[in-house]
Amino acid sequence: MSDVTDLPPAIRFSKVSKVFGGVKALQDVAFEVGQGEVHCLAGENGCGKSTLIKIITGVYQPEPGTEMELFGERLSAITPNVARQMGIAVIWQDLALFPEMTVAENIAFETMLGNRPRFVDYGALRARAEAALARLEVSLDLDARLGTLPIAQRQVVAIARALVSDARLIFMDEPTASLTQAETDALLAVVRTLSARGVAVVFVSHRLAEVLEIASRVTVVRDGRLVGVYPTAGMTQGRLTELMTGKTFDHQVMARDTSADPVVMEVAGLTRRGEFRDVSFQLRRGEVLGLTGLIGAGRTELAHVLFGMAAPEAGRIVLGGREVRFASNRDAVAAGVAYVSEDRLALGLIQPQSISDNAVLSVLRRITGASGLMSPKRQEDLVAHWVRELAVKIGKPGDAVSTLSGGNQQRVVLAKWLATEPKVLILDCPTVGVDVGARAGIFRIVRELAAKGLAILLISDEVSEVHVNADRVLHMAGGRIVGEYDPRATTLEALEAAVYA
Amino acid sequence: MRDFLRAYPAEAKLLAVLVLLVAGLSVASPEFLTLVNITSLINNNAVNLIWAVGLLVVLIAGGIDISFAVGASVVQYLVVSALIGMGGGGWAVGIALAMAFGIGLGLINAGLIHGFRIISIVVTISTFNAFFGLLMFFTSGKSIYSLPDWLSRPIYLWELQTEIGWADIRLPVAVMAVCLFATWFLIRRTTTGRQLYAFGDNPEGARRAGINIWLMQAIAFGWCGMMAGIAGLMQAHITKEVVPNALIGRELDVLAAVVLGGARLGGGRGSVLGCVLGVALVAVAQNGLNLLGVSPYAFKMVVGIIILAAISTSNIDLAAMLAPKRRDRK
Repeated sequence: MSDVTDLPPAIRFSKVSKVFGGVKALQDVAFEVGQGEVHCLAGENGCGKSTLIKIITGVYQPEPGTEMELFGERLSAITPNVARQMGIAVIWQDLALFPEMTVAENIAFETMLGNRPRFVDYGALRARAEAALARLEVSLDLDARLGTLPIAQRQVVAIARALVSDARLIFMDEPTASLTQAETDALLAVVRTLSARGVAVVFVSHRLAEVLEIASRVTVVRDGRLVGVYPTAGMTQGRLTELMTGKTFDHQVMARDTSADPVVMEVAGLTRRGEFRDVSFQLRRGEVLGLTGLIGAGRTELAHVLFGMAAPEAGRIVLGGREVRFASNRDAVAAGVAYVSEDRLALGLIQPQSISDNAVLSVLRRITGASGLMSPKRQEDLVAHWVRELAVKIGKPGDAVSTLSGGNQQRVVLAKWLATEPKVLILDCPTVGVDVGARAGIFRIVRELAAKGLAILLISDEVSEVHVNADRVLHMAGGRIVGEYDPRATTLEALEAAVYA
Repeated sequence: MRDFLRAYPAEAKLLAVLVLLVAGLSVASPEFLTLVNITSLINNNAVNLIWAVGLLVVLIAGGIDISFAVGASVVQYLVVSALIGMGGGGWAVGIALAMAFGIGLGLINAGLIHGFRIISIVVTISTFNAFFGLLMFFTSGKSIYSLPDWLSRPIYLWELQTEIGWADIRLPVAVMAVCLFATWFLIRRTTTGRQLYAFGDNPEGARRAGINIWLMQAIAFGWCGMMAGIAGLMQAHITKEVVPNALIGRELDVLAAVVLGGARLGGGRGSVLGCVLGVALVAVAQNGLNLLGVSPYAFKMVVGIIILAAISTSNIDLAAMLAPKRRDRK
């Protein structure tokens, strides 16, 4: 984080406004990033962050009166080409790479652009790719097909590609959403290298801890307005959350003593080679059992076995006093287990279909009438019930699920599984991609469900989430349960230290 | 070797199967591994292979074309009619016309796909019907039997008398070789070709990178149309006649062979080598069945089984199986 103050700022925008069909997406926002600075743009989904990025990169034109300056140069209008030539690059969350092509081609793809055909100079291509990786102090196999690389390395490829086009400022949209802790650390190291070489990086991220760790300043936007620009020194996660949402949240531990309640699910010595070993725990009626650990600890693999999607090699699962063996997840659903998967977008919902159709997908048999055909009336009633119960904000039940916000999509997934009337609910990272504000709403529902007697296994890699919301916390590492904590007797800092050690 | 396996897994597997098949047939049938049989196999598959590399480019760019074989019939008819109208012509004029008409038909497909944002399979099923319907309507299904003399006379590039008859290589094989080389050069060695791969691989990523999407569609379908036109002219040269409904149905055989050769429906992957191997495997299998005295009615069934077997094993990673352990470079 070099403090080069004699250079003009990379970005100096002020009085930025943008109106979409009468709706003010941005009102009089100012945004400034110094050269070589690591800056964070924070705000909830829909607060106007993406609109601001799209204005800076020339995708949208702002309302008249907006003052725009890039690297000391005043501009009256920006097109995507101008932004690129000025050295502004965006790495979108989906990376926009080419999985079938090699690493070298992806990095130096710019050299192959242009409408006039030229010969491909593979030597020069590789040299440029290698040089870009060298600037990042990373080494990758240039001839590997990109699709064979893990996400973290693809991200490095995307950054290297931005460097090939001489980027001086790189926006990174949710860069760590799908990375493990170790991969995130490696990415942050790359960002520091960039910063030291004078390339500014703007992080757009939900993960507040890393934002505070790497950025020197943070710009907070809420409801299309600038809340303020703050130095990260002295800033806490709690304060930042308040600034982003405009609400105060109490980080009060909710844990209760559930040791007297009847056991709903008991797992003993559960083992699956290469994934997890000798996992034993009891889950009680009305209990929220937290399961945390780093990505790769075997949490999701364990959930898959509990949900009948994979068979254990040893150990047993006892549900309601009877030992169960699931041949498939259909058996698990029938036995009263529900699983809300980690990858909500791909696995949990059928995005283009309606909210109503998604919500009843797991209980189609229950909404058929006497004729054996689907009864629109029963479907309507069931959907209305869950929309009310979970306070899902929807337009019409017939709207596509893709039109909902992350938090409301997560509620539809919940509705889909709660409709099966489960005894055990497994929630796998239920807040990935969900705003801080909406997270509180989801956990309120989780607590309410537990109060009604549902046994809940809450899997999360955000230690603070399980600390606040779970009655007991299991720590998983390297495929084993390595510790059990009572949140009332353990501080968050102690728990975090144990997990991230 | 391992690099080849890693870069071309489908092609490597296909090559292994082809080698086994050839070895087996060489033992089972004395006629199989003779110059006469091999050269006739090559002569008979030149047209298929020209089509195959044309279709390959469309598949790489993430599209599909059902209309090219019918398009080839249309081009045959137009070119031969034009040549007769101008009193004969010659090879240069003939090929130039075939390419031009072929590109024209391809651009119709590209224009419909890009202009109306319709997926290529729907557009080309429509043009498949439209091209064929128009052809049958305007020709009333009549064939042309009196081709210009130069076009119907076989041209031998190489011949050799053997104990069991003449072995020869004819003009369409040379044309095929040129088409293969040109396609390889386009997709591997030019920036345009790499843009085609990128566009097929991730259309949104390509658009954001600044690739001209209309140009990609035009080049892919134009190339496919051009190859279809050339193949149509070669077919007329080989059969010495133009029959309007002679080629319909061939598109699915070619499509199957190209997909067998590792081209991905959905874009971004495929090679000229794969096309050659895919067409060769189907051709050798049929030839072998024929030599072994199997009923021709069984051919389609066997080809179907081969394709199913190839596609369903395509997830097996040969490179990973051969590699003792992961090798880290540097």
